[in-house]
Amino acid sequence: MTVGLTHFLVVSSLLFSMGLYAIITRKNAILVLMGVELILNSANINFVAFSRFGNFGYSGHLVALFVIVLAAAEAAIALAIVLNIYKNLSTVNVDEIDNLRD
Amino acid sequence: MHESTIVNLSLFILFLPLLGFVITLLLGRKVKSIYIFENSIIILSFFSSVYLLYSKLTNFRTTKITAEIEWFSFKNFITETNLSVNLGFMIDNITAIMLFVVALISMLVHLYSIEYMKGDERYNRYFAYLGIFTFSMNGIVLTNNILMMYIFWELVGLSSYLLIGFWFEKKSAADASKKAFIVNRIGDLGMFAGILILFFIYNTFTFDKIFASINSGVLPFNSDFWLTITGILLFCGAIGKSAQFPLHVWLPDAMEGPTPVSALIHAATMVAAGVYLVVRIFGLLTADAMLFIGVVGMISAFIPATIALTQNDIKKVLAYSTVSQLGYMIMALGVGAYQFAFFHLVTHAFFKAALFLGSGSVIHAMHHEQDIRNMGGLKKKMPLTYWTFVISSLAISGIPLTSGFLSKDGIIASTLAFGNLTGHILFPIFSLIVAFLTAFYMFRLVILTFHGEPRNHHKFEHAHESPFLMVMPLILLAGLSIFIWYSPNPINSEQGWVLSKWIEKPVLFTPQNSRYDFMKTDYNKGISVEHSYLESDTYKEAMHKAHYPAMILSEVAAILGILFAFLLYHWKKVNTDLLADRLRFLYNFSLNKWYFDELYQKTFVSFTIGLSKFLAWFDAKIIDGIVNASALITKEFSFFIGNFDKYVIDGIVNFTAYFNGFAGLLVRRIQTGKVQSYLALVIFSIVILLFIFK
Repeated sequence: MTVGLTHFLVVSSLLFSMGLYAIITRKNAILVLMGVELILNSANINFVAFSRFGNFGYSGHLVALFVIVLAAAEAAIALAIVLNIYKNLSTVNVDEIDNLRD
Repeated sequence: MHESTIVNLSLFILFLPLLGFVITLLLGRKVKSIYIFENSIIILSFFSSVYLLYSKLTNFRTTKITAEIEWFSFKNFITETNLSVNLGFMIDNITAIMLFVVALISMLVHLYSIEYMKGDERYNRYFAYLGIFTFSMNGIVLTNNILMMYIFWELVGLSSYLLIGFWFEKKSAADASKKAFIVNRIGDLGMFAGILILFFIYNTFTFDKIFASINSGVLPFNSDFWLTITGILLFCGAIGKSAQFPLHVWLPDAMEGPTPVSALIHAATMVAAGVYLVVRIFGLLTADAMLFIGVVGMISAFIPATIALTQNDIKKVLAYSTVSQLGYMIMALGVGAYQFAFFHLVTHAFFKAALFLGSGSVIHAMHHEQDIRNMGGLKKKMPLTYWTFVISSLAISGIPLTSGFLSKDGIIASTLAFGNLTGHILFPIFSLIVAFLTAFYMFRLVILTFHGEPRNHHKFEHAHESPFLMVMPLILLAGLSIFIWYSPNPINSEQGWVLSKWIEKPVLFTPQNSRYDFMKTDYNKGISVEHSYLESDTYKEAMHKAHYPAMILSEVAAILGILFAFLLYHWKKVNTDLLADRLRFLYNFSLNKWYFDELYQKTFVSFTIGLSKFLAWFDAKIIDGIVNASALITKEFSFFIGNFDKYVIDGIVNFTAYFNGFAGLLVRRIQTGKVQSYLALVIFSIVILLFIFK
């Protein structure tokens, strides 16, 4: 059995679904962020897979590298935000952070 | 001396009494003696008018002085012409004489009133009213255009109204003043229509310009008929003001005013304004208009003369005699006796003022008793009043050596000449009958008042001769009733300076074919005062032939009248009560003034009241009904619109609001503020969209 594009995409979509599930269902903001990381990585798999099987050169690999860098930056900022939320509201439970409603 | 001096002088004479009126009226309540100011003003104006008369008759005897200023003008934007309305004076000898007459009688009445009105609570206001009357009368006399004449015409009407109703606490006086005003308005309506026709056709109010246009052949609506109508309409003003038939009913009632007022306004001057008006418009009268005027004058001379026979109120007799004499003047104008008409106006003004002031003196002495049945025997108590009264009565009866003879005989001669020339013989017949009646009722009055035994001893005991200020005007006016002021020859006025030199001869401007034959102009001589029809051979010859018969007939009539009066009332040869009984019908007819008041009451007055009632009903029911109905419709419509707004429009608006609110309520649940739920929604939506747009 050779590993083709389909297998990558399946792994990628499984990873995406798990990330999405984590984002929607987890109550802890840290866990939500972890979901986001999963989604980003599923995207990375897609980029690399398309780059490998499509006729796009190395541009897909490059974008994946950028996404990893961005993810690192995003994690830094997002964690800072969560820290600030915790400082102000004494919680990281996303259900309780509904100030946007008003 | 320059013409402008005369004009300035007449301005002075015109406005002095107005000044007196304003000051006396304004200060009358504060300053009790302000009447002295008014009196001095009138005396000043009298002397000015004497000076004016003197200089007019010496320096400017044949010139007609006019002065004019523009009052306002209309611009016609199509033809680029101006239509100007002017104010102005025209001073000829007639004006100057008339000014003198007005000023003299006004002054005498002012002086007389100082005594007569003493103790009246509105003493000063009375003099103020006399002042405005004199002002307005001067305005009528001086004007050169018919518009200004109309304005002053109404002003004398106003002052007459104010003075008749001077004792307005008395209902009869208030009613009489209203009657005088309203009856005058009827006549003025006609005059106004005439003025409108003249202005419409000739675009001017000025007499001279109108006459010039008529002379050049411009006629109202291009017909003689309309010229006649215009003349008659203008004459309607004179019918009202000079109390001619059928509008004569106001003058006897006007006797409710103070007696000096009756002398000034309702005998000598204002009522003569009608005659003066006809004198002024004489040039545009056609033969038909003159015949109309003559007939009105004849009827007005005759009917009041018959009424005066049986009246018992001393002032009523004189009032009817005034109407009768005014009718005489109007008739004289109708028959073309222009000069005699104006001459009679002047002489009548003097002797009738004397008669009225004499009657005022009697009334004053008898403590406001006016009924001659309660008088008698006053000759001994009041000799001066008696003799002046007798002289004036002789004058009005037309006895030689008096002024009345000169003018009245002239009128009778003219009617006789006119009858000869045109065949209208009723004029001389009626003028003789009236002459007889006049002599009779005047001497009935004299005998019942002054002769015989006193019939009311109580009042007789208290009677006394009036004070100097009241007697002096009587003597002066009676003096002016003597022939010598008018003509050196007591039986022929034509030789006198008044007729031959002072009063201008009439000039006609009407088309030749609309005149009486004897008035037709000789074309070779042209139109001018010197070539008036009075100078034509035909007319001169007719007058010459009529002179002696007229004199004899009028003397016979007058002396018969006086004789009858003495027979009936002095020597009592005939029982007057029995005579009245025999002629019960005629007596009642005369006593009740030919039932004119009743007739008018039954016809015009009740018709007017009925019409007013109908109109009031029409207003109340129909007009108000329409108004109320439209209001009701509007109201109901508004209600409908209001409800439509309230329920339909507001309903839609509210529904929108409620719907939005409801939708909001539904949708707001989605907005939880939780990022996760939003995200879930987004993903859900994306999935759906993917399914739709796959």
